[in-house]
Amino acid sequence: MSVVENVGLDRAELLRFIAAGSVDDGKSTLIGRLLHDSKSIFEDQLSSIAKTSSKRGMQNVDLSLLTDGLQAEREQGITIDVAYRYFATPKRKFIIADTPGHEQYTRNMVTGASTANLAIILIDARKGVLTQSRRHTYLASLVGIPHIVVAVNKMDLVEYSRDVFTQICSDFAVFSQNLNLRNVEYIPMSALNGDMVVERGDQLNWYQGRTLIDLLENVDIEHDVNLDDFRFPVQWVCRPQTEELHDFRGYMGRVESGLIKVGDAVTIQPSGLHSRIKEILLYQSNFEEAFAPQSVTVTIEDHLDISRGDMLVKSGDQPRVDKEFTAMLCWLSEQPLSSGRKYIVKHTTRMVKGLVSQIDYRVDVNTLNQEKQSL
Amino acid sequence: MLLRLAEKAFRPGRFPFPLLHIDTEHNFPEVIAFRDYRAKELGEKLIVRSMDDSIKKGRVVLRSENQSRNPFQSITLLDAIAEFSFDACIGGARRDEEKARAKERIFSFRDEFGQWDPKNQRPELWSLYNTKTHPGENIRVFPISNWTELDVWEYIARENLEVPSIYFAHWREVIPRDSGLLPVSHLVQPKESEKVEKVMVRFRTVGDMSCTCPVASNAASVGEIIAETAMTRITERGATRMDDQTSDASMELRKKKAIFNFVNLIRKTINLKV
Repeated sequence: MSVVENVGLDRAELLRFIAAGSVDDGKSTLIGRLLHDSKSIFEDQLSSIAKTSSKRGMQNVDLSLLTDGLQAEREQGITIDVAYRYFATPKRKFIIADTPGHEQYTRNMVTGASTANLAIILIDARKGVLTQSRRHTYLASLVGIPHIVVAVNKMDLVEYSRDVFTQICSDFAVFSQNLNLRNVEYIPMSALNGDMVVERGDQLNWYQGRTLIDLLENVDIEHDVNLDDFRFPVQWVCRPQTEELHDFRGYMGRVESGLIKVGDAVTIQPSGLHSRIKEILLYQSNFEEAFAPQSVTVTIEDHLDISRGDMLVKSGDQPRVDKEFTAMLCWLSEQPLSSGRKYIVKHTTRMVKGLVSQIDYRVDVNTLNQEKQSL
Repeated sequence: MLLRLAEKAFRPGRFPFPLLHIDTEHNFPEVIAFRDYRAKELGEKLIVRSMDDSIKKGRVVLRSENQSRNPFQSITLLDAIAEFSFDACIGGARRDEEKARAKERIFSFRDEFGQWDPKNQRPELWSLYNTKTHPGENIRVFPISNWTELDVWEYIARENLEVPSIYFAHWREVIPRDSGLLPVSHLVQPKESEKVEKVMVRFRTVGDMSCTCPVASNAASVGEIIAETAMTRITERGATRMDDQTSDASMELRKKKAIFNFVNLIRKTINLKV
C-alpha cells in the first residue's frame, strides 16, 4: 500500500491561497465572486446576505457580505482577522485565507500567508501599485509564498483600458525585482461584474491570459515540496511499555522535507549519533518509504537517546548546525524587539533560549528601505 | 473521526489524554450508546461531566425545563477544565460550520472567563504553535479546523469508520416548525396547532435534542451521504440548528459572553496553581 492512500485526504488537490488587499480594493467582493460563480455559496448564506443588503438599502446583493464574519468587522466594514473560506471545483479544493489589509493587522496577514501556496495581491486599477501592495508583496515573499497573482481589479472603472493594466504590471515588476519572487502572474479583472474571475466576460478581449479560477485550478504546486533533503523533527516518542511492546520505541512526527526508506542511514541532530531506519509505521500499516509532508512513526536499529525536538536527517545530507545565525525576522509583537534580551526560539519541535546579539538594520515594510539608524 | 486521528498519532501507545464528554442530558440515546461503546473499544479513559450536576449546583440556571442547553455547555466545560486542571481541550469544530468560526485559530486561546477574543489572536505560522499559556488561560485545539463537512465524510468512507446510526436516513417523527423539522422526544412535543409527521431523515450534526433538526434525506450509506453532501446547498448549522438561526453571529455572541458565575471558581483554581 502506498503511504499516500493512507496519510491524508487527497491533499495534492488542495490549494491554499491568501487574498491580500485593503478595504477599498474590492477583496471581499472578489472572494464573494469566486464563491458565487464557482457555485460554492450556500442558499442560506445567500438569503442571509440578501436580507442584510436590502436592510442597508442596496439594490443588488452585496457579495462582500459573505466574508465579513464577525460582528465587530461588520460594524467597521473591514476584515480584522484571518477568515478561512472553503470552496471546491471539480479540479481542486481551495482554502482561502481572507487576510486584513490594514497595517495594524499585519501579523494576522502573516498568519494567513504562512501556509499559503499562492497569494493574490489585489490592486485597484485606478490607484495602481500602492504602499500597501508593496507591503503585502514583501510579506508574501518573506514567508516564502511561491506563487503570486497580481489581480488588477476594478477594470470597469478605467474603461477596461489595456494601457492602465500594462502600466501597473510594469510598475509592479520594477518594484518587486529584488524580492526574489518565483512566479508572478498578472490578471486584469472586475470582481464586481465578474470579468476574468470565473467567467471571461466580454470587456477584456485584449487579454489573452488565463482567468483567475483557471490559474488557481492549474498552478503547479506539487513541485513546491522539497523531496531531496530528509528532515524529520521528532514530535513524540512512543513507548507503550506493554508486555508485547516492551522495548518498542517509535519516533513520531511529520516528514518536513525529503524522503526516507527502510534501511537508510540516518543521523540524529544535534547529538550527531548514527543509526538506520528499521521500520516506517502508521497506525496499522507498515511502509517501505515515507516522504514530505507525511506523518509517520519510525523505529531505528539502535537504542539511542532521542527526544522531542531532536531531528532525524539522512546521513551524508546534513544541515549545518550552528549556535549563531543571521536572519530576517518578522517582528509581530507590540513590544519592540530588544537586543540583549533572552527570547524563546522555536524551531520545528525544538524550543531553546536565544539572545539577539545585534540588529543590523530594519526594513520599513511600506517603502522597503533599510534603516540603519541606532537601534 | 478525531479518535481515529488520535489513534494515528499515538498508536501503538495510549492517548496521552483522557476523553471528555460534556453531557447536556439532552443527547440522543443512540449517541450516548455509541460514545460508551467507542471509548470501551479504544480502551481509553472517558470522563463524563453532566449538565444536570451543574444545574443542581446552581451553576446553570435554566429559564424553562426543556429549553436548549447548548448555550450552557461551556459552563460545565469550564467546570471540568478547572476540576482536572486541563491545559488544553481538543475539539472537532470546523471553520466551515459558521462564519464566526472561520476566524478561529487551530490553537485558540480562552481567557480566564472562557472568553475568546477574536481581535487579539496569536500569530500561527506554518505548523508552529505557541502553546505557552498565561495563568488562567486555556487552549482549545481544533485539529480539523480546515476540513469541510464533505472532507469529514470522505475520511469516514476511506477509513471505514463507524458513526452513530442517526447520521443515516431513518424514519422519525418530526414537527415542521419554522424552517426546520424538530424531532419529537420527551423534550419536544407538538403545540396545539402543529402536526406530527413521519419523515425519512438523517442528522448532519448531533447535539441538544430540543433544537437539533434532522434533514429530509434518503441517504442510508456513507457513499450516499457523500453524494448528497457534495450537492447540498445549505450549510450544516443553517439547516440543523434552531438556536443558530436567530442571529447571523449567534455563535460569536455565545462565545464572547462572559461567564461571571464562574469567575470565583476559576480564580480559586488559579490561586491554587500559583
